Amino acid sequence: MADGRQITVALAGNPNSGKSTIFNAITGGRQHVGNYPGVTVEKKTGRAVHNGAELQVVDLPGTYSLTAYSIEEVIARNSILDEKPDVVIDIVDSSNLERNLYLATQVMELGAPLLLAFNKSDLAEARGMAIDVEKLSRLLGVPIVRTVGHKGAGIRELLDAALAVAADPASASARQNLPHYGRELDPEVSKLAEMVPQNCRRAGRDRWVAVKLLENDAEAIKRLRAIMPADEFEKLLAAAAHSRRHVESVCGDSAEIILADRRYGFISGACQESVRSGVEARHALSDRIDAVVTSGVFGLPLFVLLMLLVFQFTFSLGGWLTGQLDAAKELLSAGVSGLWPAGADSPLRSLLADGIIEGVGTVLSFVPMIFLLFLAISVLEDSGYMARAAFIVDRFMHKIGLHGKSFIPMLIGFGCNVPGILATRTLESRRDRLTTMLILPLMSCSARLPIYVLILGAFFPRRAAFSVFGLAEVSNQALWLLGIYLTGILLAGAAARLLRGTILRGEAGSFVMELPPYRMPTLRGVLVHTWQRGWMFLRKAGTVILAAVIVLWALTTWPKPDEEHTRRFDAQRLAAESGLPAGSVQAEQTLRAVDAARREAELEHSAIGRIGRAIQPVMAPCGFDWKISTALIAALPAKEVFVAQMGVLHAVGAGRRADQPLTARLRAAYSPLQGISIMLFCLVSLPCIPTLAATWQESGSWKWALVQVAGLTALAWLIATAVYQIGSLVVS
Amino acid sequence: MSSERSDPASTPLMPLTMATVGQRVIFVRADGGCGLTHRLAEMGLTRGEELEVMNRGPGPYIVSVRGGRLVLGRGMVHRILVYPT
Repeated sequence: MADGRQITVALAGNPNSGKSTIFNAITGGRQHVGNYPGVTVEKKTGRAVHNGAELQVVDLPGTYSLTAYSIEEVIARNSILDEKPDVVIDIVDSSNLERNLYLATQVMELGAPLLLAFNKSDLAEARGMAIDVEKLSRLLGVPIVRTVGHKGAGIRELLDAALAVAADPASASARQNLPHYGRELDPEVSKLAEMVPQNCRRAGRDRWVAVKLLENDAEAIKRLRAIMPADEFEKLLAAAAHSRRHVESVCGDSAEIILADRRYGFISGACQESVRSGVEARHALSDRIDAVVTSGVFGLPLFVLLMLLVFQFTFSLGGWLTGQLDAAKELLSAGVSGLWPAGADSPLRSLLADGIIEGVGTVLSFVPMIFLLFLAISVLEDSGYMARAAFIVDRFMHKIGLHGKSFIPMLIGFGCNVPGILATRTLESRRDRLTTMLILPLMSCSARLPIYVLILGAFFPRRAAFSVFGLAEVSNQALWLLGIYLTGILLAGAAARLLRGTILRGEAGSFVMELPPYRMPTLRGVLVHTWQRGWMFLRKAGTVILAAVIVLWALTTWPKPDEEHTRRFDAQRLAAESGLPAGSVQAEQTLRAVDAARREAELEHSAIGRIGRAIQPVMAPCGFDWKISTALIAALPAKEVFVAQMGVLHAVGAGRRADQPLTARLRAAYSPLQGISIMLFCLVSLPCIPTLAATWQESGSWKWALVQVAGLTALAWLIATAVYQIGSLVVS
Repeated sequence: MSSERSDPASTPLMPLTMATVGQRVIFVRADGGCGLTHRLAEMGLTRGEELEVMNRGPGPYIVSVRGGRLVLGRGMVHRILVYPT
């Protein structure tokens, strides 16, 4: 029961400090995820009630500092500057104290009222660290609360302390002991602070501005320029430049480096007085594990093995579940269809059964596979293995102009390209981010799997290729699938090199990454992370695909063929009904065939059929006929739709029960070479619309989405054509 | 390698790539611009700070700094100058 007190709390902290866990512990389920205006950084806010006060909690992006190097840092800093929270809680990983306290010093410099949460204190203790929290708190002038986030311990005390700070933020800030910068720098800071305009002077802000000027911080300078009269601003800038030159000549390093140095000096000093390390944590368990996991000998094989396990897990268990959902979809479709009398030509029935249920149902049937993949990835991430994986693949990534960090978004892309593109946020360099985004669709997503399964089923019937240690049999189909996925990966590498050599030229961003210690993932953490990514796919299915399926359905239904056509098919139906015993198997089959042939004719006549015919000449070199082209266009909103459309186009109707006849039809209509061409085209081409939308959003410009579409489609066409043409020569 | 601290003034600088696994070295600076040295400083790699090489691949290195572990990309390890303890 709130008593009317309202407090704003900002949560800051390093990545891997356990900040999210604490945010979840404080706010329970009451969170909201949005966007900071104008940028794609997530804004997480939540509410909590404690001791009668209502807390508005903002989870700032995880950062190592508040310099203006990355957009997350700028956002975190501006949040504190502009929204002026009543208290900033810095979540500190106690087992990695000094580096985590760097951010704390920067928050203190901002003059914000700080509260430290020494998280993972169980880990610190296990490492033999004895932290005299009271002493450290006195030295820093900042209250400190011990927490163990993943057990929920210390949260109550943390909120008590937060309320205490928020009750009088000004005093809290005044009590904080800021670092001294040494006798070369302190005078410069004071000098510049005096020149800072009046409206920046509250709560030590003038000193902060002075420090930023000394660091040549572009963001801060931009903000100053906007609020100061031009001549004063120029004077200030000149004074700052003068100070910087002075510092550099006296100290031998540029001011920002010295400042960073001094902050750490301050931290080291405070820690030396209050932290006793027991047995050196040098050979902690994590290091011992790492000696194997990142070793030259075992590292790569172990990585490959883990990746194989992940994919095996996803495809086999996920595939089975997908099959179950598919069957359920069939039942639903038949059930809904059955509400109308047989043979009835109702647009609504068609929209529901053939459009929505079919289209959206196919997409949703992939949910198990996607969630399982994300589950596996979450486990790997939460345990800390992903950072090691990035380390291991870095040297291969380097050859194509990227780094190890790009690996994670790509791995996610195998499930669904959309969250993969969003995951490129972790890459700091814009060039790296763009390159990864553009080639990401080449990571064959699970939506394309039914296409491969269909084609392989039609042209390369399942046969055992060889057995592994006499235990498992590897089929030829599995080999083909592996080949396709590998082709995608190789093409991605080539594309990355091409991009790096042309439009995204430049040095690869520097690769510095923290290697967090291994930890046991918690069930809750893993489930939350899995859900967060899987939700994106569901949202895509629920919105974009639904809308697109409806549009598509309209395009496939209209324009309808003329009266003559209707009469002809009605006559055929009548003939079948009267000529054969009612209800007999033969009658059923004949009727179904008549209906299917009718639908095929209608489709050919419809808008999409006409488009398919129109682009036929362009697609001919790839070996595609108008039906394939039509199905590809239909697959624009979501690749999964390709199979359903092919079914319709070959007068078999959609659905799993139709698979057998569909594969037979395909085998009759096309050659294996065409099948390969189709698979390659689907692998490379036309990322689905949600992927394009994500690229547009993340890159900030429609131009990059255009590059992605144009580039990939052109590449797909070239490869399919090459394979088909050369293959034709070879075969004949 | 002598176990006593060598006089910094007379010890030659070497790039991190010349350090062996398990060796402890003192960070001096990183050559090359783009704020590299500053970024490293913010991650705890400040002048005079000791780091231990935990792993050196053909690619990135893993070093121990201030109780934490950092992965340094190959582009950086060439540019990081240290001297042995």
